[in-house]
Amino acid sequence: MNFPDNLKYTNDHEWIRVEGDMGWVGVTDYAQGELGDVVFVELPAPGTKVQKGKSFGTIEAVKAVSDMFAPVSGEVVEINKDIQSSPEKVNKDPYGAGWFLKMRVANPAELGELLDVNAYKKLVAK
Amino acid sequence: MKKTPFTEIHRSLGAKLVEFAGFEMPVQYSGIIDEHLAVRNRVGVFDVTHMGEFIVRGKDAAAFLQKMTVNDVSKLYEGRVQYSAMCYDNAGIVDDLLIYHCGDHYMLVVNASNAKKDFDWLTSHLEGDVTLTDRSDEFSLLAVQGPQSLATLKKITDVDLSAMEYYHFKTGRLAGEEMIISRTGYTGELGFELYFRWDDVAAKKVWDAIFAAGKELGITPIGLGARDTLRLEMGYCLYGNDIDQTTHPLEAGLAWITKMNKGDFVGKSVMAKAKAEGLRRSLVGFTLSEKAVARHGYPLMANGSEVGHVTSGTFSPSLERAIGLGYVSTGNDREGNTITVGIRGKEVPATIVKIPFLNKS
Repeated sequence: MNFPDNLKYTNDHEWIRVEGDMGWVGVTDYAQGELGDVVFVELPAPGTKVQKGKSFGTIEAVKAVSDMFAPVSGEVVEINKDIQSSPEKVNKDPYGAGWFLKMRVANPAELGELLDVNAYKKLVAK
Repeated sequence: MKKTPFTEIHRSLGAKLVEFAGFEMPVQYSGIIDEHLAVRNRVGVFDVTHMGEFIVRGKDAAAFLQKMTVNDVSKLYEGRVQYSAMCYDNAGIVDDLLIYHCGDHYMLVVNASNAKKDFDWLTSHLEGDVTLTDRSDEFSLLAVQGPQSLATLKKITDVDLSAMEYYHFKTGRLAGEEMIISRTGYTGELGFELYFRWDDVAAKKVWDAIFAAGKELGITPIGLGARDTLRLEMGYCLYGNDIDQTTHPLEAGLAWITKMNKGDFVGKSVMAKAKAEGLRRSLVGFTLSEKAVARHGYPLMANGSEVGHVTSGTFSPSLERAIGLGYVSTGNDREGNTITVGIRGKEVPATIVKIPFLNKS
């Protein structure tokens, strides 16, 4: 399993990569493995305000549907339209081509509440 | 948790193992869509050893089964298999099952999660010269399914498989093991099911021989995840989802196996009454055109009110859209009719379509 160390992680198995006040969000390699084949991804429209810990979209895999929770609060700036036509990218490249959305981080202090790579590895090993 | 003789093979192949009906079973190997398409296009192997096998013998065995099951057992002859169901007195379904006519006895193949309940139900109705034995722990069961299944198995048996018709079986040796080879399956593809002794050495020998024979044909191990998507594309019922003790065969689309004219059987009078009064609901197939998946338990709506519920739903890897089965009230069940599925508070349009979803001919 792949755990990039330049990301922050959540207990809900999402990641966020921060550059300046922008964050890119997706699900982890562990999450995509647990979900199985992703077939549809429902994302909020750009401009939507999301709140840390609240559901902002859903992932439909063949077997089940899962909610996605915002890792931090902010505003959606862009969504990855590619995964709406090619949802298998979420399984194949969860940290790259399978990203979900780009958001403007409202409160950088919230980032400090997320897991670093070692804490996330421990969570998954449980 | 019980293991099958193949469980360690699944583990070594990297399968994701889950608990199912008390067994540790593979839910997927490479991924459900991959495995699904392998069965539709090539050949796949399923471990379905968890299924239950009962032996029924005795002078009155045929009469007993005729009373306990909905299909006409008198139509069976040695080497013939029949799909059937057992009902409670109120016509609710105990289980769906296969009945094998093995000459001097019958073999019943039942769902793993129902095996104990089925055995108790049958036992409580025994009369005359009938013995019922649970031999579930004595049979390994592999299903080899897909257009290349025949070409695969032909290489490792002398039994003439090409001549075997659908829902027929023979006994003979395959990979050096004595077994029942049955032209049956739960996928809608050309396929065979192999019943042989529950034994680790025999299991490995047969598994390895099948995979060696199928290697050049692209053979793949298949988990329970793809088993479910494959059966759903064919509109086959799954006990616990589409049929259970609250549904009777006629409303479940199983009128074709329910022989109302064969004489008396358990559940018949209630179904006769339901039929005379007009069925209140029926199991239908539907597809969604939007990017959403209907799941078990979601409401089905028409004109703003609930008219039924989803019993099975998934993304169809062959059709690349969401498909589902569900009960809808009479009047809303016509093919071509548009209803909606309540998906997380949203009404998503669904069109009622003919089952099977996938036209194999």
